[in-house]
Amino acid sequence: MSGKLMVNPRNAYGEALIDLGKKNKNLVVLDADLSKSTKTIMFAKRYPERFFEMGIAEANMISVAAGFASCDKIPFVSTFAVFATGRVYDQIRMDVAYSNANVKIFATHGGISVGKDGASHQMIEDIALMRVMPNMTVIAPSDATQTSKIVHLMAEQKGPMYARIGRANAPVIYSKKDVEHLKLGKGVVVEDGSDITFICTGTMVEPALEAHKILSREGIKARVIDMHTIKPLDEKLVLKCAKDTNGIITAEEHSIIGGLGAAVAETLADNGIQTKFLRMGIRDMFCESGEPADLMEKYELNTKHMVKKAKTLLKN
Amino acid sequence: MKGLDEKEIKEFELTAVKVRKHIIEMLYRAKSGHPGGSLSAVDALVALYFHHMNHNPKKPLDPDRDRFILSKGHAAPALYAVLAESGYFDVKELKKIRQINSMLQGHPVCKCIPGVEASTGSLGHGLSFGIGVALAGKLDKKDYRVYVMLGDGETNEGQVWEAAAVASHYKLDNLIALLDRNYLQIDGNTESVLRLEPVKDRWSAFGWHVIEINGHDFYEIIGALNKATNIQNCPILIILNTIKGKGVSFMENNVDFHGVPPNEMERNLAIEELTKVEKKLEAQL
Repeated sequence: MSGKLMVNPRNAYGEALIDLGKKNKNLVVLDADLSKSTKTIMFAKRYPERFFEMGIAEANMISVAAGFASCDKIPFVSTFAVFATGRVYDQIRMDVAYSNANVKIFATHGGISVGKDGASHQMIEDIALMRVMPNMTVIAPSDATQTSKIVHLMAEQKGPMYARIGRANAPVIYSKKDVEHLKLGKGVVVEDGSDITFICTGTMVEPALEAHKILSREGIKARVIDMHTIKPLDEKLVLKCAKDTNGIITAEEHSIIGGLGAAVAETLADNGIQTKFLRMGIRDMFCESGEPADLMEKYELNTKHMVKKAKTLLKN
Repeated sequence: MKGLDEKEIKEFELTAVKVRKHIIEMLYRAKSGHPGGSLSAVDALVALYFHHMNHNPKKPLDPDRDRFILSKGHAAPALYAVLAESGYFDVKELKKIRQINSMLQGHPVCKCIPGVEASTGSLGHGLSFGIGVALAGKLDKKDYRVYVMLGDGETNEGQVWEAAAVASHYKLDNLIALLDRNYLQIDGNTESVLRLEPVKDRWSAFGWHVIEINGHDFYEIIGALNKATNIQNCPILIILNTIKGKGVSFMENNVDFHGVPPNEMERNLAIEELTKVEKKLEAQL
């Protein structure tokens, strides 16, 4: 990926919060002793009176955010994905989802590319956990530009929302203009193609774009969908891809159970669509410590494996 | 005490009896629910809604209102009865509690029940929710206060202590917790299930101003609430020493009535007992 502009989506999050903080005095931000990592510290420095350090007490933080929302504040709550969902499932369920509270949970460090911290910190179940929650919107932005746009949309639209990004720097996919008309719940066709479709979310979009290039050199036209919103899923687009191309591969830095792949499979099955189909993701296991790139290779979540799987799927 | 005469106290007591009668009827009809912890909480709720809190049933979303959060959500019948008697919704709704297609769910739900601030039922959340409301009030420079009722058994939950630390850290003197100290939880006495004492010292150590009173004495309850409004720079805990099942002799201090509704005979006995007290109070007024 040399030569590509790399920007950390976490910084884009921090900058977007500052921008929103200027526009809307009802925006408040909460963090649980990870503000330097989640980048909410950028907001904290600019608007200290609207930043609330909650300490290492995530359960309390989620319920506090719901209290803020009941007073027409727009709370953005941040911590690592593992603590932002699994640890506080009941608080999100009662105080956010069941209460349909306008709380925005923005998690960083999602997926296995967290790297060396190991499986304790590699959250691969969060999308599934949040997807099963009634009233919850679930989002995984794919680059810094899209992250910024999505943070703005989250603040503008009412309702409980969960978004997750990774830890690492990410290649820039979009210009500001590209994301101008982005809508939550509406997937983006980043590259068109008629042979096979990659439906990807978050950190898996960029490797799919690379796979598209390699495959096209071999005469295979791969469509790449950036499915930034996993719930509500853009079912229309999924069905269109099933019709237009000869197979679908889903890819996510998440368990193959309950995430994007599962959502797409459910949509296909519900609509009686038979197509060649493969889910790329973590196959019902915990991973391990390691360099992000080595982990993505070992757990088959990179461009090389996408190319390989696309060819195999089309051959079968 | 500011203009609080004996007649007013009798009126509160009369309201409390009416609320207790509603609770018995609701639980009897629903054939499920929690009598013990509903009955113990009644007097503090009546003091808050009929005397102390700044609220208007006609404007349940008034941004300047005082807020009450029932963290021990299983005492929903007590809250619903007090809200109905205050005028938030028709008293007739009470009969429909826990029935399909009715507004009144088994545990409180905000947004669909007028006057209910937070959805509760899973224990340990309410104090944290109250912190959010209290912090928002400070941020907006509003004068409202936030009242959160906790069950004593509920304070087994770790989240309560996260909240206790945070409320104190932010010096939330607009946050008043009321602890329904009835000494009983489902598996028995609070001290044998998971020791809570020394309750006062624990909360004091967390930086709270603690007031301990008889939770069934209106003079004491209202006195403590008044005192709480004058405390500055720290959150306030009012320990309400209460009797589980208060007001119905055979339910008092009886752990079997934590989550079991009265049968027909028990309901008749309870209503008869409460009606006697009601008649007596009415005669005195």
